[in-house]
Amino acid sequence: MANYFLIILTFSPLLGVLLLAFVPRSLPGTVKALGILATLVPLVLALMLYANFNSAAEGLQLVQQWNWINIPVGDQAIPINFEVGVDGLSMPLLVLTTVIATISAFAALTVNKRWKEFYILFLIVEMGMLGVFTSTNLFQFFIFFEFTIIPMFFMMGIWGYKDREKASMKFLLYNGVGSAIMLIVFVALFILMGTLNIEEIKQLLTSPMSPRNVPDMPGFIPEGLRLGLFLALLVAFAIKIPIVPFHTWMLKAYQEAHPAVIMISSGVLIKIGGYALIRMNAAFFPEWMNQLSTLIAVLGVINILYGAVLALVQDELKLMLAYSSVSHMGIVLLGLAAMNAEGFQGAIFQMVSHGLIAALMFYMVALIHERTGTSNIRELGGLAKSMPIISGILLTAMMASAGLPGMSGFISEFMSFVGLFGTKPIIAAIGALGIILTAVYLLRATLGATFGPIQQKHESLSDAQAIEVVPMVVLLSLVILIGIYPAVLSEPLQTTLQNIVPRIGG
Amino acid sequence: MNGASKWGNLAQYDWTVMSPEFTILGVATLLSLLDLVMNKNSDRRILAWIGFIGILIAGYFVVQNTGQNVVSILNDMYRLDGFANAFKLIFLAGVAFVFLISINYVDEKKNVKYSGEYYYLMLMALLGAMMMASSADLITLFVGLELLSIASYILVGTRKNHIQSNESAFKYVISGGIASAVTLYGMSFIYGLTGSTNLYVMAERLSSVFQGGFDFLVYLSFFLMLVGLAFKISAVPYHMWAPDVYQGSPTPITAFLSVVSKAAGFAIILRIFLIIFGNLVNFDMTNGQQSSVLVDTLGLYIAIVAGASMIIGNTLAMRQVNIKRMMAYSGIAQAGYLLVPFATLTVLMFEQTIFYLVAYLLANMGAFAIIMLVNRDRQTEDVKSFAGLYHRAPWMAIAMTFFLLSLAGLPISAGFFGKFYIFMSTIVHSSYWLAGIMLATSVVSYFYYFGVIRQMYMRPGQTEAPLKVPFTVAAVVLVALAGTIAVGIMPDPVLQYIHHNFPLQQMFQASGQ
Repeated sequence: MANYFLIILTFSPLLGVLLLAFVPRSLPGTVKALGILATLVPLVLALMLYANFNSAAEGLQLVQQWNWINIPVGDQAIPINFEVGVDGLSMPLLVLTTVIATISAFAALTVNKRWKEFYILFLIVEMGMLGVFTSTNLFQFFIFFEFTIIPMFFMMGIWGYKDREKASMKFLLYNGVGSAIMLIVFVALFILMGTLNIEEIKQLLTSPMSPRNVPDMPGFIPEGLRLGLFLALLVAFAIKIPIVPFHTWMLKAYQEAHPAVIMISSGVLIKIGGYALIRMNAAFFPEWMNQLSTLIAVLGVINILYGAVLALVQDELKLMLAYSSVSHMGIVLLGLAAMNAEGFQGAIFQMVSHGLIAALMFYMVALIHERTGTSNIRELGGLAKSMPIISGILLTAMMASAGLPGMSGFISEFMSFVGLFGTKPIIAAIGALGIILTAVYLLRATLGATFGPIQQKHESLSDAQAIEVVPMVVLLSLVILIGIYPAVLSEPLQTTLQNIVPRIGG
Repeated sequence: MNGASKWGNLAQYDWTVMSPEFTILGVATLLSLLDLVMNKNSDRRILAWIGFIGILIAGYFVVQNTGQNVVSILNDMYRLDGFANAFKLIFLAGVAFVFLISINYVDEKKNVKYSGEYYYLMLMALLGAMMMASSADLITLFVGLELLSIASYILVGTRKNHIQSNESAFKYVISGGIASAVTLYGMSFIYGLTGSTNLYVMAERLSSVFQGGFDFLVYLSFFLMLVGLAFKISAVPYHMWAPDVYQGSPTPITAFLSVVSKAAGFAIILRIFLIIFGNLVNFDMTNGQQSSVLVDTLGLYIAIVAGASMIIGNTLAMRQVNIKRMMAYSGIAQAGYLLVPFATLTVLMFEQTIFYLVAYLLANMGAFAIIMLVNRDRQTEDVKSFAGLYHRAPWMAIAMTFFLLSLAGLPISAGFFGKFYIFMSTIVHSSYWLAGIMLATSVVSYFYYFGVIRQMYMRPGQTEAPLKVPFTVAAVVLVALAGTIAVGIMPDPVLQYIHHNFPLQQMFQASGQ
């Protein structure tokens, strides 16, 4: 069992796909129930993983590998393996993935057509996300990465609002370009290193004894090539995160897609970019990460301020949240740019925290949209009168997002900035302006929607049902749990970070 | 050797190596005789099934022959090696698929009147293609090429009362004739320089001719042959016929042209260029260094043809509203991808080509089977005819999705690994610009492939009535889908099979006989 645990976890959503395939589409109730239940299987497995995770152990745990493809070259064959493993960096993201998936499955109850197909695609995306985080092999990482893109294209294009087809096409082409660039780097690394295993590549590239690092040895990789690979990876993941100016797909997608789809995307998918920056950019090319950390910090500040300023002027709640995501992803970049343990921890905390909070916020907006038929602040207002629970939780989520102490957002921003102030105080100071802007735009939006005079047609709207409250409470409790007891996340991270990123200070 | 002993002992040749060809020839003859004696109005479908069985038998013989040592007969004119077997299997599989698709196409009397000749002409085309794969002599190569071409010209025009079909057949004959003439012209230079039509003899003699100051003529003949043969694989610069002809032909014939005819083009291109120019070296007087002409000089031009095909095919495909025209441009682009291994000439080049052809065969045959079904139902070839297909025939839509994903090169499909495999060696070869074009145009191709997918799932169709899927078409789609996915997830068995049974080195080995 232990041998196959990660494989079972990765492919466990397929169990739901299989069952759903046999349920007739004329039973939407059964389909929905099964769709939600199916996400519980990976959730339970991920929690088991968390419970049994050895925080003190260095390196990967539960490592398994199987021979997959052998490319014949003369008498020999180059093997491509199927390899899985988990460490302190991927474990929290696996748990995050399963949590967000279950919550999004609840949010998908409002899907109004073709439930069966929706849940099947949904579970395939979940499998893709789990596969990305359990892969310890670049080829496999790429394949699972594509597994998240193609079903997402369908989910955005079929279930969504008016302009959904354009949004899905934009999503596909942007992410397609990103994965194409990523593939170039992966193939280049494969050829230079002769292996696709992430850990081995890291060793070959960073160990001082490796011939790849000794000039005049065969196989030596000059700095210029390293820089090229680093930058190409940075661009590939910049599209995913997204870093300004590669963010436009996100705005369109978040405006047009169904809330459940956005929740997965903002909750988990865009985290793959940050995850890969740590797993690959920082681990493979620590020197360049170090030398270019100012660039990354500046990109982060641009993201924070640009996102925040534009979020400030949006009347459309979804667009406001999209810009807010751009802004919050900037903090991840700042944490990475700090190049110390605090900063990296802050970045990972921010990824997890933003995943939870963004999913919660989009869920709330979806509930409001479903009841009122709009998510424009100008057409809302005074919702606290008819929907006290939804408004109350929205306000709490907003505070969490703004980084109020006691919630996960605070810890992550705090650590990221502490890290960056240690190395680049000026940039950190400019970036900190974003915190103020964040509070302003979030307050403006939330108060605009919940306070003030209520419109007549909104007076008799029903508040949240019990089943709708469950996801909110779960997400909020996780946000608060991380906020007041950050050790749940930081403990497994400690040892892993030292192992993943060589030569970082602190 | 004098003439008498050359040809005197025909009986001594090991004729069993040609058993696949004899089978096809025999079945074609049988079909034509049956067609002659059958009642004019009776159902000709039985002919298709006889032909199909004949193809299976021929396929069995080819499989029997794989893995054997090189055998050559008819004074080295006809060779049986790994190269030939690999291509023959692809041709046979392709034509078997086309037969199955055709069975439900040809029965409609108003569309294709003379269904008997439809089938035996296609078998003759197949025979031509098989000759092209096995020949080691310019004469037989050219005879095979023309047998395939002329049969194809007629097949394209089988819809006698259809004006577009007539037009495209006419265009095809004219441009095909020009292409053949250009190829022949190029061949004539090489023949003139070496005094032989046998590829191996030519290769031996060409070196001294090349060094002796005739290098210009050698290059000229290379370019003429490349341009002429680019016609068959519909690669730039000889691609302009493809959209018109694909559009005008009956859909099964389009499928035939896009897979079998194209693969045959690759067979002849690889055979001629690898053997004749493979050993040619450029000797640099100043520093005394040798460099391979094919790799260092001519490879660049093949790479340019490949790059131009990818760019032009993919960008023009985006603008098409007719799905068969779109597939034609997609085919031009695929020809570009298929030329990349030839341009880079790594050790794995042959395996990559064959693997990619297998993936392409599966995806394209499946796609054309569904295109035929949908177009005939909607009475239009517009891409919009796919609107709402998912509600009408969900399994067909899902299968089509996988075929398009495979053509676009996305996981999990055979096409993905095929592209990855080629892409990898392009990087090894440091042809970064070619690798860049490959990836950039692949992303461009998402645009039109996903355009079809968008129609199937996201647009309402004019009707929700379930689409009737005939058994044979369903079988083709099912086999192609299973193959596309299975090879996509587990490429290993196919890779190993190709590696062990079709070694390219055999092409350069002397035969045992």
